[in-house]
Amino acid sequence: MARAATTADAFNAVAEPRRRQILDVLSGGERPVNDLVRELGLAQPQVSKHLRVLREVGAVDVRDEGRQRLYRLNGRALKPIHDWVKTYERSWSERFELLDDVLDDLKEQAKGDGGNAE
Amino acid sequence: MPSSASAAVTLPTDEQILIVREFDAPRALVYRAWTTPDLVMRWWSGRRGKMKVAEIDLRVGGAWRYLMEANGGFEVGFHGEFREIVPNERIVYTEIYEGMPDGDSPPALNTATFVEHDGRTTLELLTEVESREIRDMIVESGMEAGVQEQMELLEELAISLR
Repeated sequence: MARAATTADAFNAVAEPRRRQILDVLSGGERPVNDLVRELGLAQPQVSKHLRVLREVGAVDVRDEGRQRLYRLNGRALKPIHDWVKTYERSWSERFELLDDVLDDLKEQAKGDGGNAE
Repeated sequence: MPSSASAAVTLPTDEQILIVREFDAPRALVYRAWTTPDLVMRWWSGRRGKMKVAEIDLRVGGAWRYLMEANGGFEVGFHGEFREIVPNERIVYTEIYEGMPDGDSPPALNTATFVEHDGRTTLELLTEVESREIRDMIVESGMEAGVQEQMELLEELAISLR
């Protein structure tokens, strides 16, 4: 049975800066490995090694077209990471909504003081 | 232009968290709301609890401490020290979470930058820590609250569908 990629695997896979760079490039669309080699300025074996790790956790998919191997991002595998940051983002958004209310009051006060915001 | 309603969180490196948010107010006001204890009391806990303490000694080397009572009834405290202060522009300060089981967490270094354009202010809050593990723990802390809120929303939705 194929080993199911866990969330922890996906986190580790994208923790490596070069692999994040690969994902950045692929977020612009499907690319052959040669493009990645050029954009990252790495040797092909290194790029292939990173791609293998990303494939293992399902972060990228690959297909053959003629003589080329094309890699593309698989957003679904990265969703846990996206969600993880999103919840943190939400707690800050709520905090900032209350800060908006404070700022509205300060703006009202500033008007009352003759428009001096300082 | 980003919506002013939500904060944008990114992880620029393994040791950093960057939060960016635009406010419809001049930066002197955003700075004041960020550095005045009475005003911090009104927003810092978000919807996660009630503020109990906000102490700010706004000078280089001065200390700050925030304490809130979270919705679950327990207290959550943070404190730190100011490292750099450029009024209305930039504050650099350490932040220590007091709730670690084995004593305080190692300090994070926060840099809050306020940039004004056309009467609006972009706040950038950069948090820098020692390791990816600590960074992930900080992000995780928001997740617990997030899951709690999701459960509440789900419950409301379930009730409305009855």
